[in-house]
Amino acid sequence: MNIHIKNGRVIDPKNKLDAQRDVYIAAGKIAAIGTAPGGFAADRVIDASGLVVVPGLIDLAARLREPGYEYMATLESEMDAAVAGGVTSLACPPDTEPPLDEPGLVEMLKHRARNLNQAHVYPVGALTAALQGQELTEMAELVDAGCVAFSQADAPLTDTRVLMRAMQYAATFGFSVWLRPQDSFLAKNGVAHDGEVATRCGLPAIPVCAETIALATMLSLAQQTGVRLHVCRVSSAAGVEMVRAAKQQGLPVTCDVSMNHVHLSEMDIGFFDPNCHLIPPLRSLRDCAALRAGLLDGTIDAICSNHAPVDDDAKQLPFAEAEPGATGLELLLPLVLKWAQQDQLALADAFAKVTLQSAQILGLDAGHLSVGAAADVCVFDPEAWWKVEPAALKSQGKNTPFNGLELQGKVRYTLVNGQLVYQPNL
Amino acid sequence: MKNPQLNRHGELQHLLTTEGLPVRIVRDILDKAATFLDAGDGREIRKVPLLQGKSVFNVFFENSTRTRTTFEIAAKRLSADVVNLNIGSSSTSKGETLLDTVDNLCAMHADMFVVRHAQSGAAHFIAQHVAPEIHVINAGDGRHAHPTQALLDMFTIRHYKKEFHNLRVAIVGDVLHSRVARSQIHALTTLGVPEVRVIAPKTLLPTMVENLGVQVYHDMTKGLKDVDVVLMLRLQNERMQGAALPSAQEYFKYYGLTEEKLACAKPDAIVMHPGPMNRGIEIDSSVADGPRSVILSQVTFGIAVRMAVMSILAGAKA
Repeated sequence: MNIHIKNGRVIDPKNKLDAQRDVYIAAGKIAAIGTAPGGFAADRVIDASGLVVVPGLIDLAARLREPGYEYMATLESEMDAAVAGGVTSLACPPDTEPPLDEPGLVEMLKHRARNLNQAHVYPVGALTAALQGQELTEMAELVDAGCVAFSQADAPLTDTRVLMRAMQYAATFGFSVWLRPQDSFLAKNGVAHDGEVATRCGLPAIPVCAETIALATMLSLAQQTGVRLHVCRVSSAAGVEMVRAAKQQGLPVTCDVSMNHVHLSEMDIGFFDPNCHLIPPLRSLRDCAALRAGLLDGTIDAICSNHAPVDDDAKQLPFAEAEPGATGLELLLPLVLKWAQQDQLALADAFAKVTLQSAQILGLDAGHLSVGAAADVCVFDPEAWWKVEPAALKSQGKNTPFNGLELQGKVRYTLVNGQLVYQPNL
Repeated sequence: MKNPQLNRHGELQHLLTTEGLPVRIVRDILDKAATFLDAGDGREIRKVPLLQGKSVFNVFFENSTRTRTTFEIAAKRLSADVVNLNIGSSSTSKGETLLDTVDNLCAMHADMFVVRHAQSGAAHFIAQHVAPEIHVINAGDGRHAHPTQALLDMFTIRHYKKEFHNLRVAIVGDVLHSRVARSQIHALTTLGVPEVRVIAPKTLLPTMVENLGVQVYHDMTKGLKDVDVVLMLRLQNERMQGAALPSAQEYFKYYGLTEEKLACAKPDAIVMHPGPMNRGIEIDSSVADGPRSVILSQVTFGIAVRMAVMSILAGAKA
């Protein structure tokens, strides 16, 4: 199907484009930007007047909860949520049940996702068997099955020798290792940032040094092994500083942050709001400012939704007992806009963090609108306000710290491989 | 953010924490408590019909004998019907969620819940989910708050010291894990105590505790110097296993309250403890039973203060 998206403001970070252009799509690919290619006949014309056309968003952490946690969410519900949020590619962490540690599980997931014909799903394989931190998984086989990287998700890997071996093995094949820095001893039983709010509320706390100690370990091992390291969900000012220093030393390290942490701090816990029970914990306002500074200076390469749908029963509990996590796929785009507006950032620079740069971390030639690229496109209304409430969300997870907030920016069309996969009923 | 303890008329709807409690309400509670004590020696408590026909449910998800008993006595002196439920924190593993438990209790037409739970924030959580005519009293939630304990401590301090604005108060012991300490700190600062100290090893103090408005001491003799009131905290035995302390003996030597250390305080300083005491660990028997100890008065006053809280809540408009 040939699609002509006309009169939209096209923003493409890779091609440094931010201008009103027409986009022509043919055979699932971008056929032209600007003027129609010779002989182009549109089967469908999308009028994007007043709308913004960007590469489809690429989310580095979206839990689909399958297999194993279908009571929290299903592939169907979360894939609907993804395209409703303009997300056309997503990486899913291996913390399913069972974890993504066998090629068969990965193939099944890829197959089920492919049949839904929506966003591209890129599984991140388990770094160790059953995420237990003891034995390596069959990484090469897992990559053949479709894994794009290896991770422990939020499971601890305390044995540093196993971690070094895992990195060496991954480096052998050029695979990248994604790790969230957290020392499991220091974080034990903790549910909130070790700071003023946890002290006031009497919540068991996770100190910043839980992040920096783990980060120091993984950066040293990355240097030792030469593995491509991706640091997931950095949460503290000290953590950002360590990543900055490592990059200055030329270490091949990349880094992401969760969208929640760009906008929220420990203060948002207020009177024990279980929606603010997140992993990693929301830290201080100073940490939040440092994360934003890290995004601006390029220390932090990408923003992810850290989408973790949770069922209501698991969230309706006192703070520490409530299941951590929040829905996020449908909030990523409006929250990028909010951040860009607050930090007075050009939209092209802001969207690079959720398109081009996340694609580079995934090792994909995606996240841009170059001629010949797969036509993964998001068209949104930058002016439209909407209220975050359960009925407004496709995700089966309805819990988010942003509940009740009015956000600006609503997706109007999402295309994957040139197919229109989302269009709301207006 | 709406103060979850107050109704739209600014009256006490629930008692969840002493933090953010308006000073007028704190004073009301203390004044009301005084009316329940016999004018004679101030130790007898009258029975009054203020809560006649009301039912008070003591809902304890965590074991407690003393606090539950004093709440029960307080409710009975107010002529309320009292139901005691020891649910134990294992009930959730039996399949019933906290919300289900609360819904069931609401359906039994409770007027007031007295709640104790091992999780910080549990009382706030329950208060958010009960029907608007039901009042919740926090009888201790995790490490967060134990407001009636703090209020009875304030009552005791006022009884012996009359004023708050000229006092120096020291809180000694495991502040990190103590809901009592947090509630005491907020109550003392609300009432205008100019100097509140905490004395403990660093392993038993929470991060940035000074931001709660206290001065931090690690040395008992320095921390107790010239104080008017010593508030001792209970030390849980499990702190030795968590690597917070090497031994009870060493703790007693450096942080246990003895006659010798108490000599640093003002000559008329009073000593308080929320109970139950670990004699020989945080407090020496000679101090606990000595002339400056007002620990047993605390228990009696606790009944009056809990009566005051319940009667004020029952008088609040829904």
